[in-house]
Amino acid sequence: MDFSLAGPFDEAAPRLPGADLAWLDALRSQGIEAFRANGLPNRKVEAWRYTSVSALEKQSFAPLAEPVPLDALPEGAALAIDGARRIVFVNGRLRADLSDLGDLPEGVEASSLAEALGGKDGDLEELIAPASKERDGALAALNDAFMEDGLVLRIAAGASVDAPIHLISVGMPVEGQAVAFHPRNLVVAAKGSRATLIESHIGVGEGSYFSNSVTDIRVEKGATLTHAKLQDEGPKAFHVALGRVRIGDEAVYDNFVLHRGAELARNEVHARIDGTGAECRLNGAYLGANRQHIDNTTVIEHKAPGSRSSEVFKGALDGRARGVFQGRIVVHRDAQQTDGHQLNKTLLLDRNAEMDAKPELVIYADDVKCSHGATIGELDETALFYLRTRGIDEAAARDILVSAFLNEAVEELRDPALADAFRARIEGWVDARHKSEGERAG
Amino acid sequence: MALLEIRNLHVNVEDKPILKGLNLTIDRGEVHAIMGPNGAGKSTLSYVIAGRSGYDVTDGQVLFNGKDILEMEVDERACAGLFLAFQYPVEIPGVTNTTFLKTALNSVRRARGESALDAMQFLKYVREKAKPLGIGDDMLKRAVNVGFSGGEKKRNEVLQMAVLEPVMAVLDETDSGLDIDALKIVAEGVNALRGPEKSTLIITHYQRLLDYIVPDHVHVLADGRIVKSGGKELALELEANGYAEFTGAAAA
Ligand SMILES: Nc1ncnc2c1ncn2[C@@H]1O[C@H](COP(=O)(O)OP(=O)(O)OP(=O)(O)O)[C@@H](O)[C@H]1O
Ligand SMILES: [Mg+2]
Repeated sequence: MDFSLAGPFDEAAPRLPGADLAWLDALRSQGIEAFRANGLPNRKVEAWRYTSVSALEKQSFAPLAEPVPLDALPEGAALAIDGARRIVFVNGRLRADLSDLGDLPEGVEASSLAEALGGKDGDLEELIAPASKERDGALAALNDAFMEDGLVLRIAAGASVDAPIHLISVGMPVEGQAVAFHPRNLVVAAKGSRATLIESHIGVGEGSYFSNSVTDIRVEKGATLTHAKLQDEGPKAFHVALGRVRIGDEAVYDNFVLHRGAELARNEVHARIDGTGAECRLNGAYLGANRQHIDNTTVIEHKAPGSRSSEVFKGALDGRARGVFQGRIVVHRDAQQTDGHQLNKTLLLDRNAEMDAKPELVIYADDVKCSHGATIGELDETALFYLRTRGIDEAAARDILVSAFLNEAVEELRDPALADAFRARIEGWVDARHKSEGERAG
Repeated sequence: MALLEIRNLHVNVEDKPILKGLNLTIDRGEVHAIMGPNGAGKSTLSYVIAGRSGYDVTDGQVLFNGKDILEMEVDERACAGLFLAFQYPVEIPGVTNTTFLKTALNSVRRARGESALDAMQFLKYVREKAKPLGIGDDMLKRAVNVGFSGGEKKRNEVLQMAVLEPVMAVLDETDSGLDIDALKIVAEGVNALRGPEKSTLIITHYQRLLDYIVPDHVHVLADGRIVKSGGKELALELEANGYAEFTGAAAA
C-alpha cells in the first residue's frame, strides 16, 4: 500500500464524507492536483524558509485511520477549564461518546463536519469553498483533498456564552503505524455574539502522527471570539495548523497559542480585518527543548480603517530547539488610522538553541501607527544575581526568571481562568526542565 | 572572633585593580559606616562580599564567622546570613514582590533548618514587616521594583532585609534618594534589626543617616583602601572638609 501523504487519495476519495457533493469533489480534486504538482512546501518558498517539513516525506502514514481503541482521555493532558464543554476528536474523528455534545450552552450549535457534509447543511459550501480559494500552500491543499471531519461551531447572533467550547484533539499511532489526519474546522461567531473556543492538542504515547488542520473562522459584526489553544502533542508528532480568520465591523478576535509538544509544530494564522473599528489580537508562548522545532507564522491584513491589531509572542528555547516567528502586518491603502503592534521575544536557555525572527510591516496607508520589535537573548545575569543574593539557589532563580518572562505573554489573556490554566502549563514545563537538568548533572 | 573580617583584599575588575589591600574588621553587635569619594570601590567591596561574578579577587580573604566566604555560592552566603541592600535595586518584570519574598524567605528558612511558611503564614509575616516601612499590599503585589520610585526601591530593599533577618547586612547607599521622612523610616527599620549578635555595614555619602543610625566606627575608603578610621565624629569632619586630603594622597 502507498503510505505517502497523497498516495491513498484515489482509493479514499469515494469513501470520504460528502463524496456526492459536486463542489466538494471539485475542491478535493483541485487540492490533490495542487499537492501532487508542487509537493510539500520547501524552504525556497518564502513562507516556509525557516521550517523544513522534509521529515514528513521520510515517514509513512497509514491512510484513513481505523477507529482507535481509546476508552478515555489521558489524565491531565488537556486544559482544565471549569464549565467548559468538551468536543473530542481522536485522530481527527469525532468521538461523541467522549464529548459533551448533549449539553451545549444556549446559543451554541456544534456538530461534526463529517455529519454535516452527509446531511443537508446548506451553507457549508459557502463556508468552505471561498476560503479555500486563498492560495495557502501545499498543506492546506492537502487538507482540501482529505478533509474528513472537524468541528462545525456556530454561535447564534447576540448570544453571550460563558461556558467555553473545548475542542480536544487526541493523536496516536494505530498498531504502531503513524497516521495522518486533516481536520477542517468551521467557526462562525454571528453578529453581536460573545464566546470562547479553546483547543487542546494532545498525544497518547510516544509514537508519530501528523495533524494537519485548517480552521476557518468568521467573527461577524460586533462579535467577540476568544480562541485559545494548547499545542501539547506527543514528542514525535507533527502539528501543522492554519487558521483563516475574517473579522467584521467592531468585532474582536482574541487568539492565544501555547506550544509545548510535538517534534515539529507550525501554527499559522491569517487574519483579515474586513470591518472598521475591529480588533485582532494574536498572542502566544512557545517552549522548546531537545530537537523540537516550533514555528509561529502570522499574517494580519488590515483592509478597513480604524482597526487595531496587536501581537505578543514570547518563547524559551532549551537544548537544540529551534524557534521561528514570522509576523507580517499588511495595512492596505484604505485602512487609515490603523494601530498595529507586534512584539516577539525569545530567551535562549542553551547555546545550541536557535531562533529565527522575521517581523515585517507592509504599509500602503499613510495615517497609521505601527510598530514591531524582536529580541533574542539570554537570562539577565543581574536579575539572576539579585535573586541569588536573597538566598534563592541558581536553578530556582533561573526557573523564576524563565516563568516570569513567559508570563508576560500569558498576561495578554483577558480571561483570568484561561491565564491560570496556561500559566500552570508553563510552570509544569519549567519544573520538568529543572528536573531533567538535575538528572543530567547528577 | 569577629563577625566579618576582611584581610588585605585585592580585587580587579576587567584587569583593573579596584580594591588594593583593604582591611576591615567588624565585631558582633557593631555598626560600621564607610564613606568615600565616587569610584573609590565601595560598591565593589559590597559586591565582592555578596559574591557577584566579574570581580577577580587576586589576593586576600573575606572571613564571615571565621569561614572564608569567597569559596561560597551567592545564595549560600545569603543563607548563611549575609545581606546586601543594593545601591541600584534590580527590576524583575513578571515576578511579584510577594512571590519573590516568599521564595527567598523559605530558601533561607530551609537553610536554617526551619520549616517553610505557607501562603497564609507568609502573608501575615510579611505584612507585619512591611507596615512600619509604609509598604502596602499594592506594592507587595507589584512586580519586583518595576516602576517603583527611587525611594520605594530603597524601602523595598529594607523590607527584604527585615524579612530575611540577616546576621550581617551591608547597605550600599540605602539613604540616597530618600526624602526626610523616608530616611527616618528606613533608619528605624535598620535599627529594629540591631542586636548583640548582628552587625551592619553602611555605605553612605551623607552624615545625616548616621544621626539616625549611630555608628560605632566610621571608615574612609579611598582608592581601594581604608585610609582612615575613627568614631562617629569622623563623619562630621568629612562633611566639613570633603575628601581632598585622601584623594590628594592617592594621587601623590
Ligand atoms: N564592570 C566594570 N567595568 C569597569 N570598571 C568598573 C566596573 N565596575 C566598577 N568599575 C570601576 O571601579 C571603580 C569603583 O567603582 P564602585 O562602584 O565600587 O565605586 P563606589 O565607591 O561605589 O562609587 P559611588 O560612590 O559613585 O557609588 C570605578 O572606577 C568604576 O568605574
Ligand atoms: Mg557605589
